[in-house]
Amino acid sequence: MRKLALTLAASAALVALSLAAPVRAEDEIKLPSPGWSFKGPFGTYDRAALQRGFQVYKEVCSACHSLNYVHYRDLGPAGPDGGIGFSEEEVKAIAAGVQVTDGPNDNGDMFERPGRPYDKFKAPFANANAARASNNGALPPDLSLIVKAREGFEDYVYGILTGFADPPADMKMMDGMNYNKYFPGHQIAMPPPLTDDRVTYADGTKATVAQEAHDVVTFLSWASEPTLEMRKRIGMKSMIFLLVLSGLLYAVKRKVWRDVH
Amino acid sequence: MANTAQSATAGHGAEGSRRDFLYLTAGAFGAVGAALTLWPFIDSMNPAADTLALSTIEVDISPIAEGQRITVSWRGQPVFIDHRTAAQIKEAREVNIDELRDPQSDQSRVQKPEWLILVGICTHLGCVPLGQKATDPKGDFGGWFCPCHGSQYDTSGRIRRGPAPRNLPVPAYTFLNDKTVRIG
Amino acid sequence: MATSSSSKFFSHPVVKWIEYRLPIFSFVDHSLGSQYPAPKNLSYWWNFGSLAGAMLSIMILSGIFLAMNYTPHAAMAFDSVERIMRDVNYGWLMRYIHMNGGSFFFIAVYIHLLRGFYYGSYKYPREVLWWLGVIILLLMMATAFMGYVLPWGQMSFWGATVITNLFSAIPLVGDSIVTLLWGGFAVDNPTLNRFFSLHYLLPFVIVGVVVAHIWALHIHGSNNPLGIDTKGPQDKIPFHPYYTVKDAFGLAVFLLIYAGFVFFAPNFFGEPDNYIQANPLSTPPHIVPEWYFLPYYAILRSIPDKLLGVIAMFSSILILFVLPWLDTSRVRSGRFRPVFRWFFALFVLDAFALGAVGAHPPEGWWLVVGRVATFWYFFHFIIIMPLLGWFERPLPLPASISEPVLGGARPAGAAVRSMEKN
Repeated sequence: MRKLALTLAASAALVALSLAAPVRAEDEIKLPSPGWSFKGPFGTYDRAALQRGFQVYKEVCSACHSLNYVHYRDLGPAGPDGGIGFSEEEVKAIAAGVQVTDGPNDNGDMFERPGRPYDKFKAPFANANAARASNNGALPPDLSLIVKAREGFEDYVYGILTGFADPPADMKMMDGMNYNKYFPGHQIAMPPPLTDDRVTYADGTKATVAQEAHDVVTFLSWASEPTLEMRKRIGMKSMIFLLVLSGLLYAVKRKVWRDVH
Repeated sequence: MANTAQSATAGHGAEGSRRDFLYLTAGAFGAVGAALTLWPFIDSMNPAADTLALSTIEVDISPIAEGQRITVSWRGQPVFIDHRTAAQIKEAREVNIDELRDPQSDQSRVQKPEWLILVGICTHLGCVPLGQKATDPKGDFGGWFCPCHGSQYDTSGRIRRGPAPRNLPVPAYTFLNDKTVRIG
Repeated sequence: MATSSSSKFFSHPVVKWIEYRLPIFSFVDHSLGSQYPAPKNLSYWWNFGSLAGAMLSIMILSGIFLAMNYTPHAAMAFDSVERIMRDVNYGWLMRYIHMNGGSFFFIAVYIHLLRGFYYGSYKYPREVLWWLGVIILLLMMATAFMGYVLPWGQMSFWGATVITNLFSAIPLVGDSIVTLLWGGFAVDNPTLNRFFSLHYLLPFVIVGVVVAHIWALHIHGSNNPLGIDTKGPQDKIPFHPYYTVKDAFGLAVFLLIYAGFVFFAPNFFGEPDNYIQANPLSTPPHIVPEWYFLPYYAILRSIPDKLLGVIAMFSSILILFVLPWLDTSRVRSGRFRPVFRWFFALFVLDAFALGAVGAHPPEGWWLVVGRVATFWYFFHFIIIMPLLGWFERPLPLPASISEPVLGGARPAGAAVRSMEKN
């Protein structure tokens, strides 16, 4: 037993050592972390924050950023764990508020119609080239997976949104670029999207930049991983089950082996 | 050696039954765990969320004029929505039901008499019958005509002539209000 | 050695009817059951073979169900994986099981392999058993490499580009081989499609080699922590119920740790860049393979010449085939080889060092450490192992498994020589 424990401890130390060194040497900046309700083994999404965040996405971000892997139905009862808490009627209303392209009709033409819950979120641009043309050659990335697709995850996205500042005196900014504390290279094409009271929250929460950033990052985390709550719930039950099963099987093993030891 | 192996598995008396209870409990736990683990795999074969989202569709029927028919896609199948005229309704209701291959009254096939909603797949071998467009042939009974093998349906979608055995099926539907019907 | 419960089983009329026509039950009983004798002193390090087998089954099961919803076309692959994650019932669970299962499969296999290193399981008469294991490792690497390409993320695409490009290092025919592999002029849809076909096929080839691996094992039976041959029935116990129960317990604990990652840290072993759809026009700043390839990646990049780097990388695994002959020691188990134990520990440290190096760009101190660690890796096999065998004084071996007391010990050399005659 002692040998096993020593070996395990040594291996754990070795693994920790190899992982400890940062992958990118130049990113020594520590990311801000306001705390997230969905972290940890018992984490869940704060439904109020999700709905406020959705409002921020709709009113601010959706002008340039698509959310192609999310459907309107995901927001409501048909979504995992009831989505972000909207009712079926609210979902229908949100979908019907946009015009989506459908077709071809019997004449062979594409036409516009109000959105339905089964439609994907409407993208601001028809394709990547159109997006670039409208943004000085820069492509605003799709946000469906942004939180999982960046080192630092939700803290990184929060940092980007709150990290706009004046550049230091010795930094030469390229044309049209904005200084950001946390973006690799510190020059980001996106202008600061959030300001105080940029949106007026339906539930009356004060809309500071930090609040807006926290809410929209919560929403985007949900968009990246809508099944998180289900996963942790089933996970907790599975781990407890396996713990009990391991205990039972250990007892069986000891019983069976009693004569040999 | 053989003896110890034997006594390890065979149950003898009270000590044995306690031993067996432990083995039974562990075995049962394992079996339950295996079944619980297998369920998500099997459930993954059930319709996914995007398929279920299309399991019902809501159709705005207000633009359909009297005498007009439209086709919508539902669960991968064509659905005929027919805004019947009074003449077509009268024709459907004057038919002698006993003479039908698949006896059904027109009243039993509609919720509101002026709205006939059918799954547009011929019950013979699955072609989509003609009759939705004004220029389409409708057969001798004013309904639909299947070009594949000549089945003809009347203004209630019932089979009147040709090889099809049953009437055009009526899907489950609900009128949400005067302007909208939900199919499925 | 039939127990009362199994003789009741074998006298059941239905069992007898089947047995007469296809003796499947007695076959299982003889190969895995109460009729298959195993050394009685196997430690928990002997659980990892069955754990690897369990992971293979889990990977095949989850893979088959994923394939019901995956589309192997460059324009739709990434989208189909997201559909699995969001819309398919429990799709997220199957994806995370498969993704983390790959890592845990390699964890089990690497520990299983290191067990073989330490206890000399590759030595006479188990050389072919060892070869079959190395073949399984190679097939696993090919399967994992192709599997990682299938989601068609940035790392999928660029990892495929870098590794397939390596084959152009082969003189004369290199470029033609790469074009053949790609099915085009770059990694693209034809490549993805054939990788899907082969990724579905190879696991079943692995199953076949595993059957041969177990068959080879059963000819001479398992090695044991003492490294000495079993002398008779007093040294052995039936596989069932002793090791079936121990393996079941080990599996439950392994699954507990595995579940911890699947449910609470499912992206721990992954790269965020792979959640970005593949873009042939934009290379990520750091191309990193999955963790289980990092040591070989480090070896590849530590040698400045392209062809020599490729040869070194492949040699690092191929050298395992000749290990039974590189290790000249007459003693199997590291337990009785006091000097070897230090070199074994150093080797494991070296492997972790190579892994850490593989995760970083080959610059500065990382490059130095990488080159030293690569040198040491080959030095360990080619120089240290043969020299150790010739010059090390092993500890005295016990007379047998059942009598481990030193009083009855014979000199190590004599014990081994009589061992080889068996």
